[in-house]
Amino acid sequence: MLDIRNISKVYPNGVRALSDVSLNIQKGEFVSIIGLSGAGKSTLLRSINKMIEITEGDILFQGKSIKEAKGKELRMIRRDIGMIFQSFNLVKRSRVITNVLCGRIAYHSPFVTFFGLFPKEDKMIAFEALDRVNILEKAYNRADELSGGQMQRVAIARSLAQEPILLLADEPVASLDPLTTIQVMDDLKRINRELGLTMLVNLHHVDLAIKYSTRIIGLQGGRLVFDGHSKDVNDEVLKEIYGRELTSSEVLGEVDDAPA
Amino acid sequence: MRQHKFSREIPDKPSDIKRYLSITLFFLLIYAAGRFTRFSLSELFDGMSEGGGLIKEMFFPPDWAYMRRLLEPMQETIQISIVGTFFGSIVAIPLAIVSARNFLRNPILTGIFRNFLGIFRTIPALVFAALFASIFGFGSFPGILALIVFTAGLVAKLGFEAIESIDPGPVEALESSGASKLSILRFAIIPQILPQYLSFILYSFEINIRASAVLGYVGAGGIANYYNRTLSYLQYARAGSIVLMTFVVVMLLDLVSSKIRERLL
Ligand SMILES: Nc1ncnc2c1ncn2[C@@H]1O[C@H](COP(=O)(O)OP(=O)(O)OP(=O)(O)O)[C@@H](O)[C@H]1O
Ligand SMILES: [Mg+2]
Repeated sequence: MLDIRNISKVYPNGVRALSDVSLNIQKGEFVSIIGLSGAGKSTLLRSINKMIEITEGDILFQGKSIKEAKGKELRMIRRDIGMIFQSFNLVKRSRVITNVLCGRIAYHSPFVTFFGLFPKEDKMIAFEALDRVNILEKAYNRADELSGGQMQRVAIARSLAQEPILLLADEPVASLDPLTTIQVMDDLKRINRELGLTMLVNLHHVDLAIKYSTRIIGLQGGRLVFDGHSKDVNDEVLKEIYGRELTSSEVLGEVDDAPA
Repeated sequence: MRQHKFSREIPDKPSDIKRYLSITLFFLLIYAAGRFTRFSLSELFDGMSEGGGLIKEMFFPPDWAYMRRLLEPMQETIQISIVGTFFGSIVAIPLAIVSARNFLRNPILTGIFRNFLGIFRTIPALVFAALFASIFGFGSFPGILALIVFTAGLVAKLGFEAIESIDPGPVEALESSGASKLSILRFAIIPQILPQYLSFILYSFEINIRASAVLGYVGAGGIANYYNRTLSYLQYARAGSIVLMTFVVVMLLDLVSSKIRERLL
């Protein structure tokens, strides 16, 4: 479904964020990407929907080249790929339902949606998405009235409203407390199971990655140093990814500021 | 008694010479400016005593009866500022959008419009009014046109700055969902700047009502036309009632507008 072929990314300032990374992801997988800060996790994720342009290699999404896609073609590819962010990225002044309907925009001409008119069908899709993350009752609240965990759920609902086949999540729980973290990760796992939606998630916490994903990708200095089943992540693997052994507290979920 | 033992030396107090030099320079500049413009205190006092007599004739008492005849030109003044503010704020929208660096991401186009706006905004509304009055003839039309141009420049500038300071998160989210530029504008940018935009409109209305009170001076309609006329007939009490009425109306509208603005933000 997603075929990443020998991609590299060099930023205009000369930073080499990705070096010759190759990956092949199948439908329904729950894949976590782990690595130190600056390892290139965000860069990899953003290359997939061309929020960042890669400098070498190619990415095929359902057989279509992302490198070549532009304009309408690129927007149609992006429509099939949901994305959620560490900072939720909701329009805080808008209602929850309006935020979720934003996931439907790419299905219509901008001249129709410009007046805020969405087909009834779309509204049902939006309500259903909210229901799936258990936050339907907040549909008519303003987004800025919600807690962090609730906002992230709305953001998930917005991406579900896109009816995507792949969901990218860039540190979706990094700004949430431990309890909310578990709830949001549970939501993602459930969606993965119920809808068969493929997940590609950047995580800072190794233990979360091991607990929730079927497959783990380890990045170190822009290189792919591990790609395997979460069962196969052992101390040696972690040492390779993080450049040293983790202390027990880090494995319990505090790898945030491990020195490079 | 203090017993603290310092681990290092207390730093020396820096010299104050620079400060004294700046202060001296400041006063020298003021003096030079006064000399240059032939400013004279005695003239100022003479003028003030003359002015005192004039003020007595204008306001003690003003020509109350004349105020009835001022209602119409006052209404015209208010209309000019409302219409000018309204259409100017609409013209400002596309200008603000193309001038914002974070939307079209076309540095050339954006650069052209920003410079154009910058140059335009150095021209006062009264100059536009005089220009348009000479082109289109006297009346409220050149006044309205002048305020449209002035408001467009002002609101566009405030507008593109507001667009550039929005939270980029929602823009990123919508872009990643395949939304087009127009939709990003509609769903991620407009909701974020709408209250600010409305407050810019009110703010420029407050400026425009002041500007339109003097537009008549260059023949661009409104109350100042009458002011000009009464002064040339030496009808000081009438001039006084115009000043009084303008003052009260401007104050009132200003007050209402700024109260609404407070609520918006
Ligand atoms: N826009 C950019 N311009 C230049 N360099 C960048 C840019 N974005 C990221 N980088 C650099 O690229 C490298 C990889 O960054 P990236 O954000 O992909 O890492 P990450 O693994 O997501 O880190 P984090 O855990 O801190 O989010 C880093 O060295 C970073 O400084
Ligand atoms: Mg990152």
